[in-house]
Amino acid sequence: MRFTPFLFISPFFVLFLLTGLFPMLYTAWVSLHDWDLIRGQGDFVGLANFQFVLGTDSFYKALRNTFSIFLLSSVPQVIAAILIAYVLDANLRAKTFWRMGVLVPFVVAPVAVSLIFAKIFADSSGIVNGVLTAIDLPAVGWHSDALASHVAIATMVNFRWTGYNALIFLAAMQAVPREIYEAAIIDGTGRMKRFWHVTVPMLRPTIVFVVITSTIGGLQIFDEPRMFDTGGQGGASRQWMTLTMYLYELGWGPQVAFGRASAVAWLLFLIILAFGILNFLITRRIANAGGPAKSSR
Amino acid sequence: MKITRRTALAASAATAATAAVVGCSTNSGGGGGGEGGDIELSVATFNEFGYEDLFAKYEEANPGVKITHKKAATSDDARANLMTGLAAGSGLADVEGVEVGWWAELAQYADIFEDLADPAVEGRWLDWKAEAATIDGKLIGYGTDIGPEALAYRADLVGKSELPSDRTELAETLTGDWRTYFEAGRQFVEETGIPWFDGAGGTFNGMVQQLTHPYETADGTPVPLAENTDVKAIYDLLVEFKDISAGFKQWEEDWTAAFQSDGFATMLCPPWMMGPLAGNADDVEGWDIADVFPGGGGNWGGSYLAVPAQGENVEEAKKLAAWLTAPEQQVVAFQAVGAFPSQVDALADEGVTSAVNEFFNSAPVGEIYSERATAIDVQPFMGPNFFVINTVLADAITRWDVDGMDPAESWEQALTAYDELGL
Repeated sequence: MRFTPFLFISPFFVLFLLTGLFPMLYTAWVSLHDWDLIRGQGDFVGLANFQFVLGTDSFYKALRNTFSIFLLSSVPQVIAAILIAYVLDANLRAKTFWRMGVLVPFVVAPVAVSLIFAKIFADSSGIVNGVLTAIDLPAVGWHSDALASHVAIATMVNFRWTGYNALIFLAAMQAVPREIYEAAIIDGTGRMKRFWHVTVPMLRPTIVFVVITSTIGGLQIFDEPRMFDTGGQGGASRQWMTLTMYLYELGWGPQVAFGRASAVAWLLFLIILAFGILNFLITRRIANAGGPAKSSR
Repeated sequence: MKITRRTALAASAATAATAAVVGCSTNSGGGGGGEGGDIELSVATFNEFGYEDLFAKYEEANPGVKITHKKAATSDDARANLMTGLAAGSGLADVEGVEVGWWAELAQYADIFEDLADPAVEGRWLDWKAEAATIDGKLIGYGTDIGPEALAYRADLVGKSELPSDRTELAETLTGDWRTYFEAGRQFVEETGIPWFDGAGGTFNGMVQQLTHPYETADGTPVPLAENTDVKAIYDLLVEFKDISAGFKQWEEDWTAAFQSDGFATMLCPPWMMGPLAGNADDVEGWDIADVFPGGGGNWGGSYLAVPAQGENVEEAKKLAAWLTAPEQQVVAFQAVGAFPSQVDALADEGVTSAVNEFFNSAPVGEIYSERATAIDVQPFMGPNFFVINTVLADAITRWDVDGMDPAESWEQALTAYDELGL
């Protein structure tokens, strides 16, 4: 038995054990108990916490909101990021300036973003509704209508993350061998065709990566919806309460029910796992179908 | 390639988690004996307690004592910090500022705070103030400030109607129950077209604070919402007068903006609200304060100093808390930041009663709020479930007042939400 190789890889695994695996298993342990935030461990209750959580309307509302906000943010975000990267990949003047420019929103702290967007999306004093009413359109109830609130929150998320993802795509695009483009040009393909049949398939691994990270991030969304109003509970009818906000409300709110909060945490973990795998399979297939190697034309 | 990415991702997550752990550990271990017999005391407060100058004074009078001040920006931050520290069993300051509303949930953990009862401080506070922090005969907090509610109003807007705009005359006109206040409001709205009060949520808060047992019986058993006739009566009264509400939720963007646009004519105003109000209504002239509150007196907010039992210098911490909450010191705090004292002697003190507020048309706020403080005869019972139930009600009101839902439908939703609490 040789130990040296294991020693070299051990820092990661030790850290992962301490900060990843252990908390996860401990959360599972907590979720099986009646656990008070301050008093600590109570009676063993089996799956009662899961039963309780799955029996509340709030959980399904939170699930709906989480997925709605996730779809409204991730889908346009990935598409816009690829397009922006494509533009940045072209021979622009002041390249670095533009590339730095798309990253600026990412530097702004999420809470600051929320404060700015709170002014933009305020129901009666906000800029958006001001413009809408000025051109004789009905004002939108950003804080009363569920879908409208999701759109507003997704806007904040997109504002922050699109540029970041665009840079990742840009890096991947620049790694695409120029010879392939040249060959395509010689074959007489247009710009659009080159984008669809060369650029996008070549980005496949990056698309998978971005989709999966934004799935994980999107399903755990917390800052933006929590800061969307000053109450931070997700609206009077819980129009924009996400799963992580529900978790927080159960654990740190007046209920101080850590067991229930842990149950939500585990359910969220399972959902993300399932959805991540699903997304991985879908994106791989889509990218494959258009790929040059397995062209089905 | 893939493995590297995943590893990098996991590693960066691990690093972030480590940083969080390290961040926690630097935070812990407040207080503790210093070198050479020196005593280090830490005090955690939030918003403005007005103690900065007093700490220096105490250090001067007690050589060897060093005070460090941890100040949270909002009471929510402070509450989160307190709960985390209590859960961890360490890391709290020697003296912790506690908002009156937190007793509801902290009461069940009364044993993690020191009993502060002492003959020397008996009768120092208004009865109801001390009672709210007395749990099973133990006094677990020394009162600092209180929030006796008066009525803030726009004299210029009220002047457009037939209601008197002078603060004394208006107070006389509005003296009575809530219906009196609402009826006057309806008359005002008919004459001017301007909403009477800022929102049903803030008003509901003022009304509920006048019930002795809003949501729970004396032993802490929650009253099922469907059978809670007192609260339903308040709800129905607000629904009856929903047309005179401006429909703003307090602290939201639209509420803040409405101060600049003649959004409403009156609002319930405890002393600590004067600051935010004057800030929101910057450059708006006409605000005034009347010595009247519908339904008698009412209290909204106010704080305490508590000594967590986990501290190392519990005795010294008690001494400091007792000194800070003495009438003389609270008068200084009032003059510094406007925290209205809860001590009987301080209320009669010249330094408090002579205070005027220029923004509110030079209203004699010291005199008015002292008067409002003595009018309070009820401190509502807040059991461990006060907040969860109150949130259900607040949401129900927001749904029709702000979001425009049908009030009856909203009440049905509130009943469902109440059942979901599983109390």
